[in-house]
Amino acid sequence: MTALAGTGTLTRFALRRDRVLIPVWVAVNTLMVLSMPTTLKGLYSTPVERADLLRQMSANSSFRALIGPVFDDSLGALTAWRVGVFAGGLAAVTALLVVVRHTRDEEESGRQELIASGAVGRRASLTAALLAAGVANAVLALLVTAGLAGQGVAGAAAFGLGLAGVGMVFATMAAIVAQLTESARLTRGLTAAVLGAAFVLRAAGDSATDDGSSVLTWVSPLGWLENLRAFADERWWVLGLFAGAVAVQAAVAYGLAGRRDVGMSFLPTRPGPAAGRLASAGALARRLQRGGVLGWSVGFFLAGVVYGGLTDGAADLVADNARAREIFERMGGQSGLTDAFLAAMVGMLGLIASLYVVASVLRLHGEETSGRAEPVLANAVGRLRWAAGHLLIAFGGAALIMLLAGLGFVAGYGKEAGPILAACLVQLPAVWVVGGLAVLLYGTAPRLAPAAWGVAGAVLLIGWIGPALDAPQFVLDLSPFGHLPKLPGGEMSWGPVGVLAALAGVLVAGGLAGLRRRDMTT
Amino acid sequence: MTKAITVSGLHKSFGRTHALDGLDLEVERGEVHGFLGPNGAGKSTTLRVLLGLLRADAGAAQILGRDPWSDAVEVHRRIAYVPGDVTLWRNLSGGEVIDLYGRLRGGLDPARRADLIDRFELDPTKKGRTYSKGNRQKVALVAAFASDVDLLILDEPTSGLDPLMEEVFQRCVEEERDRGRTVLLSSHILSEVEELCDRVSIIRKGRTVESGSLADLRHLTRTSVRAELAGPPNGLAHLPGVHDLDVQGRRVRLQVDTDKLDAVLRSLTDSGVRSLTSTPPTLEELFLRHYQEEAR
Repeated sequence: MTALAGTGTLTRFALRRDRVLIPVWVAVNTLMVLSMPTTLKGLYSTPVERADLLRQMSANSSFRALIGPVFDDSLGALTAWRVGVFAGGLAAVTALLVVVRHTRDEEESGRQELIASGAVGRRASLTAALLAAGVANAVLALLVTAGLAGQGVAGAAAFGLGLAGVGMVFATMAAIVAQLTESARLTRGLTAAVLGAAFVLRAAGDSATDDGSSVLTWVSPLGWLENLRAFADERWWVLGLFAGAVAVQAAVAYGLAGRRDVGMSFLPTRPGPAAGRLASAGALARRLQRGGVLGWSVGFFLAGVVYGGLTDGAADLVADNARAREIFERMGGQSGLTDAFLAAMVGMLGLIASLYVVASVLRLHGEETSGRAEPVLANAVGRLRWAAGHLLIAFGGAALIMLLAGLGFVAGYGKEAGPILAACLVQLPAVWVVGGLAVLLYGTAPRLAPAAWGVAGAVLLIGWIGPALDAPQFVLDLSPFGHLPKLPGGEMSWGPVGVLAALAGVLVAGGLAGLRRRDMTT
Repeated sequence: MTKAITVSGLHKSFGRTHALDGLDLEVERGEVHGFLGPNGAGKSTTLRVLLGLLRADAGAAQILGRDPWSDAVEVHRRIAYVPGDVTLWRNLSGGEVIDLYGRLRGGLDPARRADLIDRFELDPTKKGRTYSKGNRQKVALVAAFASDVDLLILDEPTSGLDPLMEEVFQRCVEEERDRGRTVLLSSHILSEVEELCDRVSIIRKGRTVESGSLADLRHLTRTSVRAELAGPPNGLAHLPGVHDLDVQGRRVRLQVDTDKLDAVLRSLTDSGVRSLTSTPPTLEELFLRHYQEEAR
């Protein structure tokens, strides 16, 4: 088939380019899944405790919305329940990043033209991207199956295949979206929004029913994963849903890909104004980042509303289990359980906000390496002013999205407006420290700037999994979030907050000093 | 009045690569100065140092009488720069970018902006990547020519322009010169250089190998001579400045350094000249000689 000529070469090329990206994402996902049976065993060591957990979880709509329903009290089933949504989400993110990277990214940069001019079929690049995503998901499925086989081979295989299924559904979804828009950034954003919608639909369905039977759950690929019922009398036919969705979406993507011009899209770019109002580097930065800030704002506000709405129910549940209570208190506050739950959720959003701040700071790096910064800086724009335009959005935007998350919590929970907003804003110094590290890396060692993602990832891992894994204190202390007062409910301590804020300031200043001195790269 | 640009003994390394190795450059105010050299000779590195984007390791550079690194912003108010490969933002229209660049410099003349958009046949409402390479260059060129500045730094600015647009570009540069502005033009297009430049500097491997007016440079190159003589040639091989001598009976072909032409002609007439053709060096030969010198 000539439409696929060159697929083999392109696939090997894609895997070579992803030799770091795919292993890291797959390893993190696998570790998260495989660490769970041990953690759960520590939390609920006896069958009686686990049966108790099952009963409580099934009765609590808030927790069902967050994590999904539990179908059995075996360690395997509890593992699949506890990490399913997150591991599925992570597999989806990995897959969509891989696919966009080898499709729309390549076209947007113009590299695809050169590739397509070779003896390469019209559909070879898309196929290579999907195959690369397929390899990533296959490895994930294998590792998870092998790692969980001790809990039951059938369940392990079902769970591994289910995760891979979610990954491939979003790989093919990204492949469709990549045909529709001209921007890789927009493709990633839209596909991530679909993933968010899948989460919300599943959450809504699961809060309504305790066995995953709601239509809303069945509409969401994340819902299919739970309805596969790994380790709980597996429903193998659900895998057919994944296969069907992947086949249909791939067919749509292929159909679209064969019918359009390279570099073009089905949603054409509209003409812009013939004259512009942008008059400063700051205005340019605001214009470039406004879409991103808008997306994060909406997402954080909605997340706040959802978690705020779940707060009362979730707290009831935690109250029944001493160990779960202890964990929540370690993540959250010491006083009332609603406060502990709120503190844990606010803290989680704070951790996620560090992804925003890194993405926003690294816009500087993107502008520089793409060559767009050079002509701007050849104008009467100092480097510091140019950088300040973007950093204002990074650091101010972090404050904005945390504030909006707080307003969402207040809207969803309906009480404690002051303490909740304070809790959201107290996250900021830690978020800023992560952003400050990104600035420092960018300013002093621009080649290493993407390592800021690693910093954000490490902070997320420590914050999310650290407390549950009983990680030693010095590890927890590595994350700036570990030093924040547990609000609401805990004691406000200005000392650490002030130190973190000052540290963020020092990091930013160091980064800017480096930027002022170094050569601009192109 | 100070020169527009003075650079002396400029050094710049990237790791183990010596991009600039003692480069000198002088650009007078009000002239169009050609900046030539093979790929990788250090042209863009020099321009980036002059723009304060790179910091020189050693040597002195002044641009409009100021330091390109520490006074970057002040200097840039009086400068317009056009890179060889213009990258635009996908969600900004060409018109928006032109206006942004104009405002970030000394300001934009709206009448001239409109005139240039018309002459370059640019559609300012299109966005980022929907422009072709040539049209992206036009965006930067319109922004540069419409800006109120003293010095234009153009780094292979016409790559991707069609011959008609190349013509428009050349007229624009001439207008700039007529208005008393200085232009530093890095280019590989020899006809463009011949047409526009008052003086040129040729660099190779990070060093200036030649600098002067085109007439001066021509003088430094070789003229090729063919002659049919009445008697056998005498002592040609020992004359200074003679190269590639080829004697076949009474026919002689040779290359001679243009400033040594006199002695060769005298020697030829001593033998008696039946016929003579002499070809002055073309600009291409001039550049090829400088570009290839390393290979010989």
